[in-house]
Amino acid sequence: MSDSTAIAHGTAEAHHEHPPYQRHHFETIAQQNDATNFAMWLFLLTEIMFFGGLFTAYLIYRNWYYPAFVQGSHQLQIGWGTANTAVLITSSFTMAMGVWSAEMRKKGALVLCLVLTFTLGLVFLGIKTIEYSEKIEKHHVPGFHYSVQSFVDPASDPEVYNEYHDKPLALDMARHTELYFFLYFAMTGMHALHMIIGIAILGFMIFRARAGAYTTGHVTFVENFGLYWHFVDIVWIFLFPLLYLINRHPLAH
Amino acid sequence: MAHDIPHEQHFHDPANVTNPEHAEHHIVLPLEYSFVFGTLLLCTALTVFAATRDLGVFNPIVALAIACFKGVIVILFFMHVKYQSNLIKMTVGAGFFTFLVLITMTLSDYISRAWGLW
Repeated sequence: MSDSTAIAHGTAEAHHEHPPYQRHHFETIAQQNDATNFAMWLFLLTEIMFFGGLFTAYLIYRNWYYPAFVQGSHQLQIGWGTANTAVLITSSFTMAMGVWSAEMRKKGALVLCLVLTFTLGLVFLGIKTIEYSEKIEKHHVPGFHYSVQSFVDPASDPEVYNEYHDKPLALDMARHTELYFFLYFAMTGMHALHMIIGIAILGFMIFRARAGAYTTGHVTFVENFGLYWHFVDIVWIFLFPLLYLINRHPLAH
Repeated sequence: MAHDIPHEQHFHDPANVTNPEHAEHHIVLPLEYSFVFGTLLLCTALTVFAATRDLGVFNPIVALAIACFKGVIVILFFMHVKYQSNLIKMTVGAGFFTFLVLITMTLSDYISRAWGLW
């Protein structure tokens, strides 16, 4: 930092009193909050574009290789998907309650809400792990070891076959199930990465909240983290029907 | 250099302090959050139920309509957009609008290249 800026800061500091959490380049705390909130939304818009690319790819390939996408989605278990949707929605609710607790300066309630959100985030990832490991066992992870067995010969996969009675796919269409699983892993994987980052930040916040950090009137961090967490929830709200519920009415075939 | 500026100029510029886009901080109450939470769970059950019915071309439309509804209430209430300034509302709206423009343009390209074969 050059001398002149240091002096400028020193001079201005004498003129305006502000709470310790107000950054000096903001005139008022309201201005700081507005600016931070606006910036957070701009970041979330870039996230919409990021996931948007994946959603667009999904839309086009699903349109082209619909039978492959239907049979690929039959490999996912609705029970796990629905449970995870409920877990994530509940974690969004506990996060929203966390923001309220911070606003009302309730330290104990805030810590409890953050811990619940943290735990539900881990439960979500745990369920995702169970689902992923099943895909690994059945060689449904795109790559050298990918197997089209369940799609060229559905009867060889009795668990899914008994429920949906899928007709065998021709080899060229069956190979496109790999695209479905590629998008499945890319989209749920990027979503899970966002969850992992969120859970790490939650851990940090629990630590700070216990020290009384967010319950003294300055709730911006909790509020903006809440925005991030709800955004991740919204992504899942779309992933769930698009990946799990493509065609679940077998009698209609 | 900064220390040559007369000291009055370091003081607040009123135009800088008043933000016409400022919305008062609104605290959303737990009851409101609970209603949203309940609605989201109901919608999840509804979308799973709808998927088990044969609605023909309407299956994905119903699924996406429910997902959009869920997304909108999360944005409005959990993310407080309902109580935010017009600037934030416009920003959020502009983001989704731009996303829809990109999707529309990409799809119109794919559709028009192999006319009738989509």
